[in-house]
Amino acid sequence: MIPLSNYLIVGALLFCLGTAGVFLNRKNLIILLMCVELMLLAVNMNFVAFSHYLGDAAGQVFVFFILTVAAAESAIGLAILVVLFRNRGSINVADIDSLKG
Amino acid sequence: MNIPMPDFMPALPEMFLLGMTCVILLLDLFLTERSRVVTYLLAQSTLLGALLLTIMLYDNSRTLTFSDTFVLDPMGSVLKGAIYIATFFVFLYSKGYLRARNMFKGEFYILGLFGVLGMNVLVSAHSLITVYLGLELLSLSMYAMVALQRDSVVASEAAMKYFVLGAMASAMLLYGMSMLYGMTGSLDLTHINQVTAAVGSGQQVVLAFALVFIIVGVAFKLGAVPFHMWLPDVYHGAPTAVTLYLSTAPKLAAFAMMMRLLVDGLGGLHAEWQGILVLLAVASLALGNLVAIAQSNIKRMLAYSAISHIGFLLLGVLSGTAAGYAASMFYAITYVVMTLGGFGMVVLMSRAGFEADRIEDFKGLNERSPWFAFMMLILMFSMTGVPPLLGFWAKLAVIEALLGAGGLTWLAVVAVIFSVVGAFYYLRVVKTMYFDKADAGAAAIESTLELRVMLSANGLAVLALGIYPGTLMALCATALSH
Repeated sequence: MIPLSNYLIVGALLFCLGTAGVFLNRKNLIILLMCVELMLLAVNMNFVAFSHYLGDAAGQVFVFFILTVAAAESAIGLAILVVLFRNRGSINVADIDSLKG
Repeated sequence: MNIPMPDFMPALPEMFLLGMTCVILLLDLFLTERSRVVTYLLAQSTLLGALLLTIMLYDNSRTLTFSDTFVLDPMGSVLKGAIYIATFFVFLYSKGYLRARNMFKGEFYILGLFGVLGMNVLVSAHSLITVYLGLELLSLSMYAMVALQRDSVVASEAAMKYFVLGAMASAMLLYGMSMLYGMTGSLDLTHINQVTAAVGSGQQVVLAFALVFIIVGVAFKLGAVPFHMWLPDVYHGAPTAVTLYLSTAPKLAAFAMMMRLLVDGLGGLHAEWQGILVLLAVASLALGNLVAIAQSNIKRMLAYSAISHIGFLLLGVLSGTAAGYAASMFYAITYVVMTLGGFGMVVLMSRAGFEADRIEDFKGLNERSPWFAFMMLILMFSMTGVPPLLGFWAKLAVIEALLGAGGLTWLAVVAVIFSVVGAFYYLRVVKTMYFDKADAGAAAIESTLELRVMLSANGLAVLALGIYPGTLMALCATALSH
């Protein structure tokens, strides 16, 4: 049987990858959205692992809610991306700089 | 399998709100551009109806329902009432503004109402799932509202920044929740509190880890330094009507979220989270007040002022006493009343094709409209904390709570020092209105009668509640004494 800690380490690695992607990526907003999704999936991994080892179904129910909300979230994120692209003609992260102060 | 029927009564206002919002959503499709005002009137009556139901259900006890995921308690009822009233004022103030910019569409009201539903779920949450769902319903509505003005470059940029940072903060919060679930084996806040209080984070590194992630999520939603980066950009970039919405009712919901997660859920770890909140509060007070001085845009200035007010809000909560929580709640409601007036003034001064969002635009307001210059004077003095206005009592209550908690006197001193620093930029607005000459081209205020009347009522409420603060304070104190 695979110990719980292995799942948690994979979850933590995925979460760190997602966070690093959000901060390091200077090129493309779509990659940024993908990184945010990766962070949410890392959380799901944690919940499912805990839920299985605790023998409690609540964690898996929570995962279903997270998946649904994540889908709605990407829909809104992509819609904002389309609006932004129409206005600026670019989805380069470095170009989003007209608000300062 | 037999599933027992849950008690629907405690959630009656939310169910009414949801039902009405869906009706408005459908009805709006069949309305012509000219009869759009029906959407507006229905949205307003929905808010009033829900307010009425909330008042009717007000009860001095705690009722749990929906498998203990939803709670009706006095604190929730008071905050929900304040949320309905604040949103009612937001819709009223923004009507003329939206009309002038061809944004008078059903979407604003429908997203606004769904946001209110999200806030209510968040306020009444008693499980990590309801906290998350309420928060996301609120956040997703707000992301869309910021991007509502589709041809505006700054608005779409603000929406993108808000979305990316907001989604990341939600992910952080969720990661903390997953750790908390793993440690306690439950999503129920009362159960989590029992387990964490018994264990204590001293022995459990993972618990401290979860706590940090949860605080990051909460601090982001509140806009506390160092998680404030989105706040000035979003306030500045969004259309003023949306800024008005974002800056008022959601702050009450964020306060409730902090109370539910940190006090109801992790109250046993008070010693651990107090230290983190001290850092956040001092940083917010310092950065908010100092950077606001450098702003020439009034929306940005009010955004930094919001950050400093959040610092005060955190001070009350971190004191960890019932008096401190009540003071914070009083502060949150006070802040909402003052901000409604502040951004309401920006809406009042704007007209088609012109945003009165620079401090210069308020030049010589006293010559053009002495009455509204006086209203702005009251609001700015109240935000500074000049007695006998409402803002003074809110600051006083928080400072008293800090002194009462013991060992936090230095924080009270820091808070007072930065309030004095903050006086500079509030009084600069007053100076601009009363002592600077208006530009030759400055037009008179054109706005609807209802906006003028309600904004005056808002300004006078700050004065009247300042002279008689007892009732509101007592309401907050009783709401948190259970």
